[in-house]
Amino acid sequence: MTGGFTAPQIDWAQLAPIIIVLGAGVVGVLVEAFVPRGVRRNVQLALTLLASAGALIAVAALWSGVRETGGTSVVGGSILLDGPALVIQGVVAALTLIALLVVADRTETGESAFAPAAAAVPGSDYEQLARRAGLEQTEVFPLIMFAAGGMMIFPAAGDLLTMFVALEVLSLPLYLLSGLARRRRLLSQEAAMKYFLLGAFASAFFLFGVGLLYGFAGSVRLDAIAEATTTVVGLDPLMLAGVAMLLVGLLFKIGAVPFHSWTPDVYQGAPTPITGFMAACTKAAAFGALLRVVYVVVPSIVWDLRPALWAVVILTMAVGTLVALVQTDVKRILAYSAIAHTGFILTGVVALTSSGITSVLFYVLAYGAASIGIFAIVTLVREVGPDGVVLGEATHLSQWTGLGRSNPWLAVTFSLFLLSFAGIPLTAGFIAKFTAFSAAVEGGATPLAIAGAVASAIAVFFYVRIIVLMFFTDAPRAGDRTGAEVTVVKSEGLTTVAIALTALLTVLLGVFPSPVLDLMAQAAKFIP
Amino acid sequence: MSLTNYLVLASLLFAIGASTVLLRRNAIVVFMGVELMLNATNLLLVTFARMHGDLSGQVIAFFVMVVAAAEVVIGLAIIVQIFRTRRSASVDDVNLLKS
Repeated sequence: MTGGFTAPQIDWAQLAPIIIVLGAGVVGVLVEAFVPRGVRRNVQLALTLLASAGALIAVAALWSGVRETGGTSVVGGSILLDGPALVIQGVVAALTLIALLVVADRTETGESAFAPAAAAVPGSDYEQLARRAGLEQTEVFPLIMFAAGGMMIFPAAGDLLTMFVALEVLSLPLYLLSGLARRRRLLSQEAAMKYFLLGAFASAFFLFGVGLLYGFAGSVRLDAIAEATTTVVGLDPLMLAGVAMLLVGLLFKIGAVPFHSWTPDVYQGAPTPITGFMAACTKAAAFGALLRVVYVVVPSIVWDLRPALWAVVILTMAVGTLVALVQTDVKRILAYSAIAHTGFILTGVVALTSSGITSVLFYVLAYGAASIGIFAIVTLVREVGPDGVVLGEATHLSQWTGLGRSNPWLAVTFSLFLLSFAGIPLTAGFIAKFTAFSAAVEGGATPLAIAGAVASAIAVFFYVRIIVLMFFTDAPRAGDRTGAEVTVVKSEGLTTVAIALTALLTVLLGVFPSPVLDLMAQAAKFIP
Repeated sequence: MSLTNYLVLASLLFAIGASTVLLRRNAIVVFMGVELMLNATNLLLVTFARMHGDLSGQVIAFFVMVVAAAEVVIGLAIIVQIFRTRRSASVDDVNLLKS
């Protein structure tokens, strides 16, 4: 074996976005330890907002350099800062910034979305005491920063070890965050356990794939593996099994069928602000990593994988759309719609053209903004107990009847996001779907584009059904309502800001998409 | 002894771990299955490192151990919390979330 170790030259400036976010996570842990409880939440909020804004600025500052050079490899090639990686980092930073507003918001009575003491047994005296004492689980802020840091490394990983570590860094905080809901804690804990067990199972597959590819290529560097696919002969089964297991891990994270079974349960059980964060940012990061694996490693073996990938895409669109039709819970409908959208984004991935990369980058931004906004609205629609106390979220579809009459603005914004999901022109969702499907046609995947168009057409039905329910169905009178009363809760206002920002983004990306599309087209080139 | 034997052993351990995850009902045992899968991968990595005469496989195995330890912390926290709430760690009892 060869000895000797040369320390790599590290260009710290290139890592600025990642370091800012992870640094804020570390500082956040210290804040938990040393800052008095009264001001802790505000300090954490300011810290995390500043950090994600700082990361966004750092991405913008790095942009021109990456555009000129096409990207640099940092830390001896472990981090590849090229166009797609930088765009995904920017998207994650921006969406984290907006998601944090929803996460931090409280109702007028000062209730956040998170359990006052996550370690307390639900319904116990201790939990009552913690609630009355006004405790808050402010650890959510550093946890979100760690998750966001992992999400920013994930798409930039230049070798499979970095990718695996980033995968775990982004996943572990999310497992915990899913279990922290204030209301319906049993569901929340159940979601955390399902997410954790299935996520760990999928990571193990990812890791075994890494091991097989290492055996195949003698290196875990993506470029070395890509080179070995053309030079090494006689080990094809090893390579194919390795790539397949790697893809299982990645497809699990994006929630593609048949690795989607966690999505509806976790989306429903997790605290709704976290669901929004997860839907937007995890998807962006995982698609970034998937793009890199597919575009750097797979091209030379694309004919072997094509049937499997196509099957996954079509199944994902079909299952997501069809199962969403029969759901009655708003969060579950949105979860299945997330699965369907995964299928639509995947059409851009399997297109294997440069316009495919552009379409994926645009799609994750458009979809992410709309899903943070839509889940933010879900946090505001609440049940009211008999004595007028505001309870948990009213997620049953029937409880949304007539919301358009009582809260027109909220319902109009909700409809805007739904229309964007449905892909109606003048919204970001239309442009995103259009670019993804045209990339698929360009890349010779016309059947996928057709399947995508059919699935979108079917999906319009359940999106429009909610809109009809909100605006054109009479709300049952107070007497014959079976469930609890429904109200729109007043919050401290941060959620409203987040909803306004995401709605603005959805409309702007739909009406003037060309500057953003141009920007992403310039970025659509991976360095090996 | 041929190094290939270690690869076969690693694959067997991985398969046993995967079947444990799929077949067993107790969350702790399921989780042990996942750990077995990770350790099988470590064996695979170290064997391949020996075959290639390259150190990076062994280094990756160390990283995997650290990540597995972090995963244990999170996993046990979640499972113990569920057990304290429901007095059961069976994955079949956890079934409130359904369509």
